[in-house]
Amino acid sequence: MTPLVDALLLQSGYNAALVAIGAALLGFSTGATGTFLFLRKRALVSDATAHATLPGVGLAFICMVSLGGDGRNLIGLMLGSAVTATVGLMIVEWISRRTRLAEDAAIGAVLGSFFGLGVVLLTMIQTMSAGRQAGLEGFLLGATAGMLFQDAVVIAIGGVLAVFATWVLRRPMTLVAFDAEYAAAMGYDVRKIDLMMMGIVMVITVVGLKLVGLILIVAMLIIPPVAARFWTDRSNRLIWIAGFIGAVSGYLGAALSASAPAMPTGPLIVLTAATVFFFSLLFAPERGIAAAVVRQRRFQARVHRRQGLLALARQEPIREPFTLRLLSREGLIRPDGVPTETGRAKASKVARDERRWDIARKVHQDAGLTGRYDGLTPIEEIFTPDEIQDFDRQIGPPVAVGALYDGG
Amino acid sequence: MMGADFVQFSLVPILIGIFASVACALPGNFLILRRQALIGDAISHVVLPGIVVAFLLTGTVAALPMLIGAAGAALTAVILIEAVKRLGGIESGAAMGVVFTTLFAGGVLLLEQSDTSNVHIDVEHALMGNLESLIWFRATGWASLWDPVALSSLPQELPRMAMACCLVIVLMMIFWRWLKIATFDESFAQVLGIPATGVGVGLVITAAIAAVAAFDAVGSIIVIAMFICPPAAARLMTNTLTAQVWWSVAFATLSAILGYVFAGYGPMWFGSQNAVSAAGMIAVVSGIILGLACVFGPYRARTGADRAPPAL
Repeated sequence: MTPLVDALLLQSGYNAALVAIGAALLGFSTGATGTFLFLRKRALVSDATAHATLPGVGLAFICMVSLGGDGRNLIGLMLGSAVTATVGLMIVEWISRRTRLAEDAAIGAVLGSFFGLGVVLLTMIQTMSAGRQAGLEGFLLGATAGMLFQDAVVIAIGGVLAVFATWVLRRPMTLVAFDAEYAAAMGYDVRKIDLMMMGIVMVITVVGLKLVGLILIVAMLIIPPVAARFWTDRSNRLIWIAGFIGAVSGYLGAALSASAPAMPTGPLIVLTAATVFFFSLLFAPERGIAAAVVRQRRFQARVHRRQGLLALARQEPIREPFTLRLLSREGLIRPDGVPTETGRAKASKVARDERRWDIARKVHQDAGLTGRYDGLTPIEEIFTPDEIQDFDRQIGPPVAVGALYDGG
Repeated sequence: MMGADFVQFSLVPILIGIFASVACALPGNFLILRRQALIGDAISHVVLPGIVVAFLLTGTVAALPMLIGAAGAALTAVILIEAVKRLGGIESGAAMGVVFTTLFAGGVLLLEQSDTSNVHIDVEHALMGNLESLIWFRATGWASLWDPVALSSLPQELPRMAMACCLVIVLMMIFWRWLKIATFDESFAQVLGIPATGVGVGLVITAAIAAVAAFDAVGSIIVIAMFICPPAAARLMTNTLTAQVWWSVAFATLSAILGYVFAGYGPMWFGSQNAVSAAGMIAVVSGIILGLACVFGPYRARTGADRAPPAL
């Protein structure tokens, strides 16, 4: 564990520390900027953007080499990828707006053909006399080994800009994400806001390309917001929680990768984020699977308890094993099935509530109140004490279990 | 260009390209109509972890374990996507994004961790395929097509891809009516007693078979592009399903042939000696065909979209 602790404390050398900080910054900004893409239900647009960067990288390399430059200048490659990513985005937008094809088809088409073009350019570069070993393959899966201070600065600046732009545009983007037609009616230009959202995503994609590669940057844009969605219902908090999850994943993933050989950074960051997602899916309060199971079990128990108590009140035998177990566990019946003192009291209360409801339905024609009868909601939550007293006057005094139906 | 060299170097890759393109384009038609176009994208990403796991389990790079591994991964991915969608209440695009990127990352990690340096699996090969290397060594000319000795040295990818393509065609013909009804009106299909959910799952599995077989020979770029570009272009050419399928087959074939020719011979026209990636070029050509269809296709506009008002 020592190498991991060293890496976590940024003690594994200059490059590892730089990568960890850069990955954390990148994770924060991808998480925050991916939030609205997810809320707008267009998460996979980022996939098209990311794949459309590849031809740009190739073109920029060819341009720089033919102008006599190095060809591996990061800023130049980023500019090139930004250009083709923007073109790809515009084509996705154009196809889904102007033709009958759905957006998913447009995304897939741009993704496939742009990526194909990128590969064609890469094979051209491989055979170009000036190409040497260009190392552009690093853009597919990311390459952290040669990360420079300058690269970390680029990520920091790009990330800050993207997060800032997300924060500034959060209100219109929220509005468009939740109700685009209302936003249009309010006078917002929905198309422009969508394009700005995609623009922010494009910037952060280009920024993160070198570090995690074009296939896995998509994961960093999608997974943190999806994981964060389990923890909150408020879009303002969602941005920061997603950013936080992204940052933690980036930092932990980079540290893990520095702590052992043959551990590629990009995949580890993604797998860390996926672990956070999986944890959230299972254990988040309200929206998690565990919470849903607990809710379901409680509901089941309430239904069975009520049915059991009604059966006790009517002195009917109970045969359902789960009901029997539940009632005896809660001390409402003895092991031989005879109701205890508490059981009889509760049963008579349930039976009485049923009679109150019968009266309530006669007295109140208002379905808004009596319609809330579901057998589980206590009558005290729906009617005022005065009204319940009123019902009770019509029923008569409380009757002990066994007495009510005996005469009838 | 059409002589012995062509048979030796180009015939097999072109045929494999055509079979792969058609095998992917056929299920693609229905995926597009059902708005599941990106299932193809997801499948082609998870093929990598599938073959890595298959390699780690069997220790060989034989075709069958690879195919089974990849098909298993595709199926796992589809099940996981559905689970995340239902259990987490996540919309399908994001669910897909979470699942396939995670599986892909897992595949890359496994690949780096295991000692596969001496074996022919690597990420770039998986992405780009290696169409150009599928050469028919023994061929000496067109006569070799009738020479059993020469035929026995055909790259094994060719019969495999041809079989996958035939399987897809046969499945499509058997289930044509079910597919058609379940795609356009799921409730009506259920009323008729057609297992609509089963048809949907079957379609995805068929797509996975096509993707896996094609992936082996041509890499995942073609797979993604062919699932979507030819059927999407065909969708803009006609309003009839049968015609759309024929158009998509035509576009897929055209992309494969033109793509290979441009990649192999194009650079020579510009005075360069080296060919570029055929798989990439096929994807590019299919994208260009789709672009042309978007601009000129007779049925490109959405029904009810604003058109020029009729002349009075």
